[in-house]
Amino acid sequence: MNNALVIGQYVPGNSLIHRLDPRTKITIIFFFVFIVFFANNFWSYAILTVFALASLFTSRVPIRFILKGLMPVWFLIIFTFILHMIVTKEGTPVFNIFTFTVYSGGILQGFAISMRFFLLILVTSLLTLTTTPIEITDAIEELLHPLKKVRFPVHELALMMSISLRFIPTLLQETEKISKAQASRGVDFRTGPIKERVQAVVPLLVPLFVSAFKRAEELAMAMEARGYQGGQGRTKLRELKIGKRDIFVYCLFIGVVIGLLFIRN
Amino acid sequence: MDITFKNVSFVYQQHSPFAHRALDKLDLHIPSGSFVAVVGHTGSGKSTLIQHLNGLVRPTEGDVWIGDFHLNAEHKPKNMKELRSKVGVVFQYPEHQLFEETVEKDIRFGPKNFGVGDREIQRRVKEVLPSVGLTEDFLDRSPFDLSGGQMRRVAIAGVLATKPDVLVLDEPTAGLDPRGQKEMMEMFYAAHQEQKLTTILVTHSMEDAATYADHVIILNKGTKYMEGKPEAVFVQKEALQQVQLDVPEVVRFLDLFEKKFGMSIPYRRQSVKDIAKAIEKVMTGGSGHE
Repeated sequence: MNNALVIGQYVPGNSLIHRLDPRTKITIIFFFVFIVFFANNFWSYAILTVFALASLFTSRVPIRFILKGLMPVWFLIIFTFILHMIVTKEGTPVFNIFTFTVYSGGILQGFAISMRFFLLILVTSLLTLTTTPIEITDAIEELLHPLKKVRFPVHELALMMSISLRFIPTLLQETEKISKAQASRGVDFRTGPIKERVQAVVPLLVPLFVSAFKRAEELAMAMEARGYQGGQGRTKLRELKIGKRDIFVYCLFIGVVIGLLFIRN
Repeated sequence: MDITFKNVSFVYQQHSPFAHRALDKLDLHIPSGSFVAVVGHTGSGKSTLIQHLNGLVRPTEGDVWIGDFHLNAEHKPKNMKELRSKVGVVFQYPEHQLFEETVEKDIRFGPKNFGVGDREIQRRVKEVLPSVGLTEDFLDRSPFDLSGGQMRRVAIAGVLATKPDVLVLDEPTAGLDPRGQKEMMEMFYAAHQEQKLTTILVTHSMEDAATYADHVIILNKGTKYMEGKPEAVFVQKEALQQVQLDVPEVVRFLDLFEKKFGMSIPYRRQSVKDIAKAIEKVMTGGSGHE
């Protein structure tokens, strides 16, 4: 896995961001996603960018690592920029490409929208970079707790999430292992006509499915053997607790939100 | 095919917080036709080493030669497929790579990919089956209906059917019952001798290494820790324990025997049977009145 995708990968650390209660992180990011769409002038984008970059630096996740991980998303950001640049017809014409006339408003709009995109991706990947999957599912279970009143299977949902998250690396490893074994038997996944490459996936998928089902069965058996019977009366080893630093961060965020609402036109 | 590693390092996920140096300036040479055991504690770089042998990974630094194929960070051979057809790898738990509907199709898969003709494949299938201890009745069965041990035999047959010059075995006996383990190793040894293969066995079992290999390489933290003939390497108890390895049972026994009876029998890769005979000789020779 030399070029693993960063989104969804946890980087261990002990920064302020790492130690925040996962509920705090999820709530703030949830609202941040809304807030980003309120920004409509330079200063409102600036304040959000400062907030995002400040969180990034506090997290002490290596910048180079994040930028490299955002590689596949760069394409989308640039694509959005170009699209907005050529279809927005506001402001004064600046120059022509092919048959399109680019207006000054288009360039601004392009910047604004791709900035939104960038901020959204940066902040959400910061969540997974600094929070273990277990913490995230715990937090989601807690946050959705009120839905239990309407018989929503919160615990089961959280369990499904943590199981699938737990097995992502396992399946990736398994995929790599099997693809290496098949490559050793002469399968070529990388070159050749499309039809052959599609066929090359079969020797990979069949063993993968077989082992995934086997694993699921074993897991179910192991859970039952240890007396698992759903969420009733289940206690937690690590209780989530809102501490001083969470309140501090909440206040900071509310400050940013109020500031933003004042600054925007 | 001669295999040479020169100053080879390999780093997983370079330039990331997860960077991990699996091989560190490794030098080794494996002459054509030898049976080499690579032994090391978990995480010593054995599996990474194996992946260099058929170009699944390329060294981050240094050079690897497998016969005429040359691999380094910048350079990869154009005919990778040819390299892979010459180096057969039996991975750990090879039964996980089975996918076809029938045993026969799965065995044919490798040779077919390497462009072997249909009739020749047919011949090879017939040839490898008995050597892995299976009969032709298995050919039409689904590999997923077989027992674990049988599945492994099918997977190994699939690798042998590609007729490699170099056979790489990554813990081929893990998870088998003792009798199955012995049969399997005997089978590899027979194939090694009959087909004049260069065999590289990665193992935890000092017994297997001592019994079959004519050269032993001990890896520790991605570098070569010790190397030599088994009878020279396996008597160095302290040095081996330093890297969490044990000496073979026979050596341990000879050691205790010497302590208890004050008689020493030099280790020459004897089997348990040979040792029993040697002891009989020493005992009856030493105290004649019994």
